[in-house]
Amino acid sequence: MIWVAVLATAAGCYAMKLAGLSVPEKVLASPRVRTVAALLPIALLAALTAVQVFGHGRSVVVDARAAGLGFAVVALMLRAPFLVVVIGAAVVAAVVRALA
Amino acid sequence: MTDTAGWGPRRRSVLTRSASVGVAVGAYGVSYGALATTSGLTVPQTCALSVLAFTGASQFALVGVLGGGGSALAGTATALLLGARNALYGLRLAPVLRVRGVRRLFAAHLVIDETTAMTIAQEGDRAGRLAFWSTGLAVFSLWNLATLLGALGATALGDPKKLGLDAAVGAAFLGLLWPRLKGRAAWVTALMSAAIALALTPVLTPGVPVLVAGLVTVAVMMRPGAATEPAQ
Repeated sequence: MIWVAVLATAAGCYAMKLAGLSVPEKVLASPRVRTVAALLPIALLAALTAVQVFGHGRSVVVDARAAGLGFAVVALMLRAPFLVVVIGAAVVAAVVRALA
Repeated sequence: MTDTAGWGPRRRSVLTRSASVGVAVGAYGVSYGALATTSGLTVPQTCALSVLAFTGASQFALVGVLGGGGSALAGTATALLLGARNALYGLRLAPVLRVRGVRRLFAAHLVIDETTAMTIAQEGDRAGRLAFWSTGLAVFSLWNLATLLGALGATALGDPKKLGLDAAVGAAFLGLLWPRLKGRAAWVTALMSAAIALALTPVLTPGVPVLVAGLVTVAVMMRPGAATEPAQ
């Protein structure tokens, strides 16, 4: 099933890229479409962040991952590079877990 | 006019910046490769997604949903919704690139955040086209190389939970979200969607809350009279 998801995602993503280069501009150029295109990634990425940090199957829990997220917020506010944000969050969560 | 004047230095400057964008994106690629394999993808699956889908946020989304116990369908749907913005990038790029036939098929694969930003930042179509192709090729090579390194590295590391890699996925999503959080509408959208996703987590099967939260939030934000002026 993972292969199906990988290939379907790849095919769909490519089709949308190609469509953008191929269709006449007026088809997708309305301001509403542009606003949706700007807001949709924000909404999805925020939801993904929340569920990834606080979700555990069908329950919502606060555990070591929240400490990792806290580190990520501070690091991003300090304009740290992406790798520092990601690795730092992992280290903080691992340390909190080891201490608990 | 300025397209030919001083082309040499401009060309060098575009190529240098393309290379540095490629290196910066490599850091995401290492994270993606590591997180994908710890979320249950094999190394070939992880690398195939980078080569064939080649759009970072969608790849992280698919991997995140699958790793969180979501279905292949929910993961794919989330990834495709995130990838829809590339169609709008294509619209903006088409008049600059003016590609047809086989070149258009290749160019389409390279339509992503980074190539779009670099292309529309140039003055003149000639510099824009150079920026598109050079950034696209730099990012494509380094993204895929980094994916492989991250995937192999993480499989060698061992227990992902002990290493805090589950927390790293959340940090990666936040890192992708952060540059988009400009203006009030963006913050309201992000907070509303996060809250809805968590509220739905106990009642829906994993993966689906993210989809519903994303769609409901955008629908609410687009209702007539809502103040939506996101940063473009």
